[in-house]
Amino acid sequence: MSFPWAKEYKPSHPFMKWMDDRLPLPRLVYNAVGSGYEVPRNLNYFWNFGFLAGLCLVLQIVTGIVMAMHYASNTAVAFDTIEMTVRDVNWGWLMRYAHANGASAFFVVIYIHIFRGFYYGSYKAPREMVWLLGVVIFLLMMATAFMGYVLPWGQMSFWGAKVITGLFSAIPLVGEPLQQWLLGGFAPDNAALNRFFSLHYLLPFVILGVVILHIWALHIPGSSNPTGVEVKSESDTVPFYPYYVAKDGWAIGVFAFLYCLMVFFFPNALGHPDNYIPANPMSTPAHIVPEWYFWPFYAILRAFTQDFFFIPAKLMGVLAMFGAILVWFFLPWLDKSPVRSGSYRPMYKKFFWFGLIPAMAVLFYCGGAPAEEPYVMFSQIAALYYFAHFLIVLPIVSAIEKPLPLPYSITESVLGEDEAAKLAPSA
Amino acid sequence: MARILSILVGLFFTVALAWSFVLGAITAATEPSPLTAEKKFHLGPKEVHFSFDGPFGKFDNQQLQRGFQVYKEVCSACHALKHVAFRDLAALGYTEAEVKAIAAGFSVPGVDPNTGESTMRPGAPTDYFPSPFANDVAARAANNNAIPPDLSLITKARHEGSAYVYSLMTGFQEQPAELLKEFPDAKTPSGLHYNPYFANLNLAMAPPLVADGQVEYGDGTKSTVDQMSKDVAAFLTWAAEPKLEKRKQTGWPILGFLLFATILGYMSYRNIWADKKH
Repeated sequence: MSFPWAKEYKPSHPFMKWMDDRLPLPRLVYNAVGSGYEVPRNLNYFWNFGFLAGLCLVLQIVTGIVMAMHYASNTAVAFDTIEMTVRDVNWGWLMRYAHANGASAFFVVIYIHIFRGFYYGSYKAPREMVWLLGVVIFLLMMATAFMGYVLPWGQMSFWGAKVITGLFSAIPLVGEPLQQWLLGGFAPDNAALNRFFSLHYLLPFVILGVVILHIWALHIPGSSNPTGVEVKSESDTVPFYPYYVAKDGWAIGVFAFLYCLMVFFFPNALGHPDNYIPANPMSTPAHIVPEWYFWPFYAILRAFTQDFFFIPAKLMGVLAMFGAILVWFFLPWLDKSPVRSGSYRPMYKKFFWFGLIPAMAVLFYCGGAPAEEPYVMFSQIAALYYFAHFLIVLPIVSAIEKPLPLPYSITESVLGEDEAAKLAPSA
Repeated sequence: MARILSILVGLFFTVALAWSFVLGAITAATEPSPLTAEKKFHLGPKEVHFSFDGPFGKFDNQQLQRGFQVYKEVCSACHALKHVAFRDLAALGYTEAEVKAIAAGFSVPGVDPNTGESTMRPGAPTDYFPSPFANDVAARAANNNAIPPDLSLITKARHEGSAYVYSLMTGFQEQPAELLKEFPDAKTPSGLHYNPYFANLNLAMAPPLVADGQVEYGDGTKSTVDQMSKDVAAFLTWAAEPKLEKRKQTGWPILGFLLFATILGYMSYRNIWADKKH
């Protein structure tokens, strides 16, 4: 679907016309990211992160394919093949650092993208499918990143894999057989490394597929915007090309600058030194920590230190860790407020800035810290708020909150007035 | 209905967390986790500066050669450097002939071309630094049950690795009386050596650099323990990240280009949006 005033693709060159009649690929591009896609004119910089996330995916696939050309998924040589790539392959060091830091960059971008969605209510009707697909992408990203981190077969690779696959053993009855079946053994070993590599290569393309669905679903209602007011007329929108191509273009510049700063000057800052020690099943690292982007969920996992009635603490932790992300699937139905944007929701806004954001910050911090007091207590309080925020606060706030008056249209919010508003019957 | 369900699920998680929190808080209050000797006496690496620090940092080849000499004459008795090949030493400023001579000074496992039996032969530039022990069992047997770690990546495998190596080399000392007074059980076991820069304070390695002049430098630098420690830390940093210099040198033009492109991108963005209030 598209707005009636959206420009139509008109091929001028005879070849393009010939092509358009047979395989309208240029038309698809024109309508997706060209002049044919009308976008609200008032998007702020938080709306650049979707485009940047796409860029990160491409970056990871390209650098990853090159890395795979030099990698061998065998526990005897995996670590050495990565070192060989870094030392002896032309620009291998760049590919390795670009790929490892690319994962971090991808998660930075995606966390901002997701929290943009929380604040501006991007998950609300009619964009539920966009949101649901987005959560699927996030879950796939986490699986891909986790398996990718195992591939170098360093100490953190091995012990991280052991801890995370060990979570399956918390499932009652079938847990242990399931874990052994998934690993192809009693502990992560060659069989596990091989299947992780296979899946690590497969999943990015699955992500790519879901991203296409995500964008497709987005283009049905069109992009949301900071006011949350739907597009009403032509003056509310601008064509994606050239307006948002230019805006995304310069955002890419800023992103690429920061990313290259990490890759060329601090390439190991986000990694753990222990992963430069080859995996050793006989020697447990002092603190097993996952990569930084898993810290909030790792903190939630470890926050459950006591059995809860008949549920063992470990199972509670596993349920909560997965639940912490699965709850996002229900967001469109938990938050029933008719107002989309947090900017016009005084109560929601307070809970977002003074509740959810600090809770996430604490979870991030504690997930990377050792499992000792006071970190465990901090993460318990933060995790408590996290669940309360989505499951208790949001449903109640959306019922009792009195939102601020919305602008009549995007045009009015931008220009201060909208001619059409005067003609429209007062609503 | 959905609301009630959601609040119930929310209560399930929050009450479980509150339960964990309360019991944890009681435990923390009644049984504070005991202070250990490691927690109190372990030290972070010393502050030390190297030529390769910072965004413009470069290796000092003279220093790397000295550090290599320390590795060859001292460390290599127990520690391998398996990811580094002799050919890589050309980057330290050695000529081809020198690299060949260095390689030939090490004997590496080979196969006798006449009989096919395992034998030792002089190293060639294409060979990697050999391990001083035939296998882990031999390594353990010779080192008080501890395997001397491979040093190829040691400065990347420790926090602030270059400073860590330097601190460890210069950090051997008598166990402080204060420690023994507070933790009588934490006395360094015989065969181990006290070093506050090592994670659990006692390590199997005996102080490797003990006397000034232990290694005789060819370039006239005075080989104090401090100097040798610094040099070997620099050499091992090179061994762990031989592309460090190239990486930083490549980074600058790329950042410069990106800055230029970003400014152009910003200007075109401003230009395109000039007529649209947003």
